[in-house]
Amino acid sequence: MIRLAGNIYKKIGEFIDIDLARRRWFRFTRNPLSIVGLVIVGVALFLALSAPYITPYPQDTGFNTNFKEALQPPSLAHLFGTDDVGRDVFTRTVFGFQYSLLMAAVVLGVSVLPGVALGLTAGYYRGSWVDSLVMRVADIFIAVPALVLALAVTAVLSPSLLNAMLAICLIWWPWYARLTYSISSSLRNEYFVQAAGISGASPFYIIFREIFPNTLGPILTKVTLDVGWVILLGSALSFVGLGAQPPTPDLGTMVATGGRFLPEIWWLTIFPAIAIIMIILGFNLLGDGIRDIFMEEVR
Amino acid sequence: MKTSTFVLRRTAYAILTLFGLSILVFIIARVLPGDPARMAAGPRAPGWVVEQIRQQLGLNKPLYEQYFSWLFNLFHGDLGYSLYSQRNVSADVLEFLPASLELVFLAAIFEVVGAFTLGIIGGSYSNKWPDTILRIISYVGIAIPSFVLAIVLQLVFTWYIPIFPTFGRLSTDVLSPQRITGFISIDSLITGRLDALGNLGWHLVLPAFAVCAGGMLQDARIIRSGMVENQSKDYITMAVSKGMPTNLIRFRYLLKPSIIPAITVMGMDIASILANAFLVERIFNYPGFSKYGITVMLAKDLNGIVAVVLVVGIIFTIANILADIIVGYVDPRIRLMERGD
Repeated sequence: MIRLAGNIYKKIGEFIDIDLARRRWFRFTRNPLSIVGLVIVGVALFLALSAPYITPYPQDTGFNTNFKEALQPPSLAHLFGTDDVGRDVFTRTVFGFQYSLLMAAVVLGVSVLPGVALGLTAGYYRGSWVDSLVMRVADIFIAVPALVLALAVTAVLSPSLLNAMLAICLIWWPWYARLTYSISSSLRNEYFVQAAGISGASPFYIIFREIFPNTLGPILTKVTLDVGWVILLGSALSFVGLGAQPPTPDLGTMVATGGRFLPEIWWLTIFPAIAIIMIILGFNLLGDGIRDIFMEEVR
Repeated sequence: MKTSTFVLRRTAYAILTLFGLSILVFIIARVLPGDPARMAAGPRAPGWVVEQIRQQLGLNKPLYEQYFSWLFNLFHGDLGYSLYSQRNVSADVLEFLPASLELVFLAAIFEVVGAFTLGIIGGSYSNKWPDTILRIISYVGIAIPSFVLAIVLQLVFTWYIPIFPTFGRLSTDVLSPQRITGFISIDSLITGRLDALGNLGWHLVLPAFAVCAGGMLQDARIIRSGMVENQSKDYITMAVSKGMPTNLIRFRYLLKPSIIPAITVMGMDIASILANAFLVERIFNYPGFSKYGITVMLAKDLNGIVAVVLVVGIIFTIANILADIIVGYVDPRIRLMERGD
């Protein structure tokens, strides 16, 4: 049994550098806040993935109504109380996690790759027309607050969860272009890049095999921090009614509609609001921890 | 490079970017799916009416022609007809923008003053209890969305402890000063209506705080970590060993290099103030430009949407240029450097 475990350990070691992973884990765990972040993110992911199985009233995510139970304060049967049509707020909040994380995953999955590729290429060709074109277009997207541009795009496209994701994708890539541009344009004069060029490597090979690996740390840090900000932006869009439409259990929509019942009926607003805060806080702390890992490697 | 050249260059570049932004918003309004003529006519209008409106609005012409005629009108102060307010969008901008600028201005003051105070406290007592408390507050505070904070502030300070007004720009029993500039703050000063000025300020406190709190805490953290980092620099050690008074070192030598990154970030933070205003003005029912912006967006009024994005872009750009000028003033190294070298 022990030998088997040892073999598995060795097998893994062939693929990843276990010593490096250990050192990284050590640096990550030196700040207790990073662990807090990891736990919050872990719990959020667990809740989101197992939402249909652990929530007491999964049917409440839709148009389900139960007026007999409407506007019940928090109790054992309804941990977070019920809303104006009798739906369980706890169930809807947990499903809200699902939609928020889905949105972040889709937006970052779609927008990071083109942003990174454009930034790397522009940085490698610094001073040429490619650089000017890509970075000036990126500047245009950054010349207006992200939320305002996202609001405008969703408004023109007609409000829905999908269009909100589209709009955020459209405005998110320039930040990654800027990040990788600065790294790429400073690395292009390093010896290892020049050596690759002299030995006949194509620009494509140099950009993606020589320069790209050096940007992974900052990109991973930014992606983690950005999960929180994408969720914030998404909830802001749905808060004003330009994001996910009812009956989708979206945290921003829940805060907005619950706001009408304040101050007496506070549980409709406060619980989804705390959920948003927790998820952003979790990813911020986790992102800081990941930055700690890579910051010291650079030094 | 002289400061004036630096400012001129920066401005020229900003104007180019704004032109780019105008093309981008124009494309968003015209190319993305969604037929403006159909939106104007309403969903039940017959086809020929839609066609007529299309011709009236010039939507049947090629896109570049539409853009240039729009740009031509823009320079004549004509932003197009708003289907929502049934008048020219420029009139809407003039009516609603002053209220928002007052909010943004006060929020910026809150942010700068708050960030400096908290940052200096955190940096001076680093790793002691005031710093720890500030750190915990800022971790949580940065994660609180402005619209949640606005709701909580409204709940606490207008309902449970009713010391601030719940919404609006002036109380109903306060007569609005004669409209000269549209800024109640300026108008009331001109006409000597100090009661209106005070009332406006009273209404602005909660929204302004809700709009800037996140940025304020973030900047405080940047100032704090800058101070902590610079504390171990040689020139500070020298100043300490020479026996200079602590406060002189702190405010004269330690603070200046520590606030430079924060000023750049504050310029960028105007973006978050402007964006947060879109959410917070709605909650406090504050009759400003951002509330107007949300209204035209929900009404799908294309000319209105284009104008809102452009105006916000212009304000943001001006704020960034100002921040760059201030940084250049505080840090001569930047002024003398070319971008990227």
